[in-house]
Amino acid sequence: MNYSQSWLTRPFTERSTQIFLGVLFLAVMVVSVLHLVMPEGSALYVSSYTVTLLGKYLCYALLAVAVDLVWGYLGILSLGHGAFFALGGYAMGMYLMRQIGDRGVYGDPTLPDFMVFLNWDSLPWYWHGFDMAWFAFIMVLLAPGLLALVFGFLAFRSRVTGVYLSIITQALTFALMLAFFRNEMGFGGNNGLTDFKDILGFDLRTDAARLGLFIATGIALAVGYVICRAIVTSKLGRVSVACRDAEARTRFLGYRVERVQLFVFVVSAMLAGVAGALYVPQVGIINPSEFSPLFSIEIVVWVALGGRATLYGAVIGAIIVNYAKTVFTGILPDAWLFALGALFVLVTVFLPKGIAGLLPGLKKKTDDESEAPTSGKEATA
Amino acid sequence: MSIIRSLKQLLIVCLLSLPVLGHAQANDEQAQSLLTQLAESSYGQKGKIAGEIARSGDERARGWLEAFSAGKLARIEPSKGDAEGSGKFVIVLSNRGRNWKVQDALTGDDLGEISRRDLDSIRVNNSLRSEIDGILSVIDLTVNDADKRLAAARGLRGNVDEAMAKKLTELMASEEDADVKATLNEALAIYKVEEQGDLSAVKTLSGSLNSEARAALNSATYSDDPALKQAARDALASIETKLKWNRAAETLYFGLSLGSVLVLAAIGLAITFGVMGVINMAHGELIMLGAYTTWGMQQMLPGQPGLALILSIPAGFLVSALAGVAIERSVIQFLKGRPLETLLATFGISLVLQQLVRTVISPLNRTVVTPDWMSGSIMVNEALSLTLNRLYIIGFALVVFVGLMLIMRKTRLGLEVRAVTQNRAMARSMGIKATKVDIMTFALGSGVAGLAGVALSQITNVGPNLGQNYIIDSFMVVVFGGVGNLWGTLVAGLSLGTINQLLEPWAGAVLAKILVLVFIILFIQKRPRGLFPQKGRAAEG
Repeated sequence: MNYSQSWLTRPFTERSTQIFLGVLFLAVMVVSVLHLVMPEGSALYVSSYTVTLLGKYLCYALLAVAVDLVWGYLGILSLGHGAFFALGGYAMGMYLMRQIGDRGVYGDPTLPDFMVFLNWDSLPWYWHGFDMAWFAFIMVLLAPGLLALVFGFLAFRSRVTGVYLSIITQALTFALMLAFFRNEMGFGGNNGLTDFKDILGFDLRTDAARLGLFIATGIALAVGYVICRAIVTSKLGRVSVACRDAEARTRFLGYRVERVQLFVFVVSAMLAGVAGALYVPQVGIINPSEFSPLFSIEIVVWVALGGRATLYGAVIGAIIVNYAKTVFTGILPDAWLFALGALFVLVTVFLPKGIAGLLPGLKKKTDDESEAPTSGKEATA
Repeated sequence: MSIIRSLKQLLIVCLLSLPVLGHAQANDEQAQSLLTQLAESSYGQKGKIAGEIARSGDERARGWLEAFSAGKLARIEPSKGDAEGSGKFVIVLSNRGRNWKVQDALTGDDLGEISRRDLDSIRVNNSLRSEIDGILSVIDLTVNDADKRLAAARGLRGNVDEAMAKKLTELMASEEDADVKATLNEALAIYKVEEQGDLSAVKTLSGSLNSEARAALNSATYSDDPALKQAARDALASIETKLKWNRAAETLYFGLSLGSVLVLAAIGLAITFGVMGVINMAHGELIMLGAYTTWGMQQMLPGQPGLALILSIPAGFLVSALAGVAIERSVIQFLKGRPLETLLATFGISLVLQQLVRTVISPLNRTVVTPDWMSGSIMVNEALSLTLNRLYIIGFALVVFVGLMLIMRKTRLGLEVRAVTQNRAMARSMGIKATKVDIMTFALGSGVAGLAGVALSQITNVGPNLGQNYIIDSFMVVVFGGVGNLWGTLVAGLSLGTINQLLEPWAGAVLAKILVLVFIILFIQKRPRGLFPQKGRAAEG
């Protein structure tokens, strides 16, 4: 690798990044143009429903990239990334709730409907500031980032890795799910936050706002991808791969393994938070089910299907699985869990390198990194 | 309820009337006249007459009084009834609808159904009811069965009046059973404290956990007599401490019972995850299979829930063990040494198993019947009673634990398992068939999950999500206790259960669970290898 370049521009010299960004740009452009230009009856017309659906897939893709960053390049299988995604989503949801103002069912100018319903007379302290967009957008990064920082600091300092880390991340998201289900938490309990009206002054229900969100998600995915590429191609990225493959050896070579792990983990959590924040206005609701361990582990299977440690594989995996989910749950709702379960087994047993592993030409030219890892660390390492 | 009550009355009446038939004729006239008086007198008089009925020595008196107290003693109206039935006293067995099923109060004959308009119920009010309860208790105090006497004496507390107090003092003198005597003494003391402000009686009550006794003492604290007031306060304080201990014991019991459930759910995982190092996320679904086996067994043996439950123990073990072997052979063996992939693949299997149960059986919960010998509870004292099904599960968990311990420590299989996990290559070169050991170990761990399912079917809903609810808890228990350590699993399970129960009263069930999870997450940071980390070579795994 050429380290003479700046770490930030280096990704753009890579073939894989160029192709990825090109494809992503084209796709977003085509969808936007077809949506705007084509008449509604035309076969090529992209409805705003489809635009929102594609926007949702792109959010999932960004989330998958975040998971691939920690799993593929750091060897940490996080079963709790749904928690970071949901926290970002809640931060955005709180902003959108405050934007409703007095247009809610109860017409209270400051309190969201569910608080009026619960007979609360004032905003809880942590809801203050969310009426300002800049504050909310900072919190989108800060809330998941802080959780990752505290959790990661405790975990990596005491060298919790491998399966143990996976299980406690799962416990983390499970605990958060239980907590957010409680009405007393002040996040709408079971129902979560919903009934949003507008974002930054634009009405969420208009086609223009939907298209804008879709394009914003595309840009976020591109930026997130480049950030991840920049990290993994930097020296830090090489060290993190070293941590993945031989943690003890890296430590003995003098690297502060836990700092590398913590940095990458926090960045990944923030990316997940951004994905969640873009997801919420497009779907129109955020509730505690996003914290469910099943969702978090589903993300991992997107990455596994696409191919670990490639980043673009994560994007491919996320889009394929979610498209399949949309199709399946429409036609055969009962069969979806069978298909998902089978996917878990088949991918891990027969396709350890994922779909990206089936594209050897592309991989060899662009990825000078050692092959994608086929195994994580030993359970007790 | 009313059906059960009527059946009970029927039974009592039958039992009481059977031996009487011989000399019943002589008493019938007297009984008829007493009942007529009861029917025709005022409320104030009725209590007295009820007492007379009780004293008449008639064995049927109990049935009459009970029916009277329940408002089910009636007379066929002399004016409207047919010639032979009119004026007869009857016990109403069922008062649903227009026609009531009745039974002759004197002979016990079934009189079929009579229009409710022809029946004249003998009215009763609340003060009469409690008076009758007292009278009935006194009747019961003279029976031969000590348990019945004890129950009667318990019922008397708080219901004693002046007339009864005299009678009770007599009965107490002749009472031989110590428990009954003590309870009678308590009943009398409550009366004395309440009515007479007797200081020595306060002392008698000072250790009592009975709520009536506490109420009596409480009212005594408002008395004008300072000595009595102080004594009552002291007595109440001592009762309060005693109650506190009992509450603590109860929490401990609930904690242990929750803990033993956790131990049961986690102990199979302690074998597959802890000893073999295989992450089986489908462990919860193996538990679920065990629970469904119990349900299936009960469907196959309708009417014999107890037998079905006992048979489900081996059957549940077998079903889950076979499912475990199938998982091991079809997936896990190909992912040896890749724990994260194993985790994902077995998670996929768990999804498939859940959906399979949903599609094949039902997405709804199934009911598993609890056999009679497992329902009910043991009363340790007035403030503490232990439910039997939980007691059985605590016992079952301990038996399973000891059994597994013995297998791992004392059998050839256990030895080979430990050898293979510590050094696979060396074990194989010593002639141990490692693959066979893998299968056996996994079958054992999975089978134990099935046993957990059989036990869980007795206390939770049997549904497709049963396993999901326990998988995270089970992993937490194993990790908390220290991987590869069965003792650790036992201690961790029991202590986590107890901690959860201790937190519940002031934090609520959900928050308690969250706190426990957070506690474990923090604990793992402090001691990544759990409570009892493995030492030496095994730790390098």
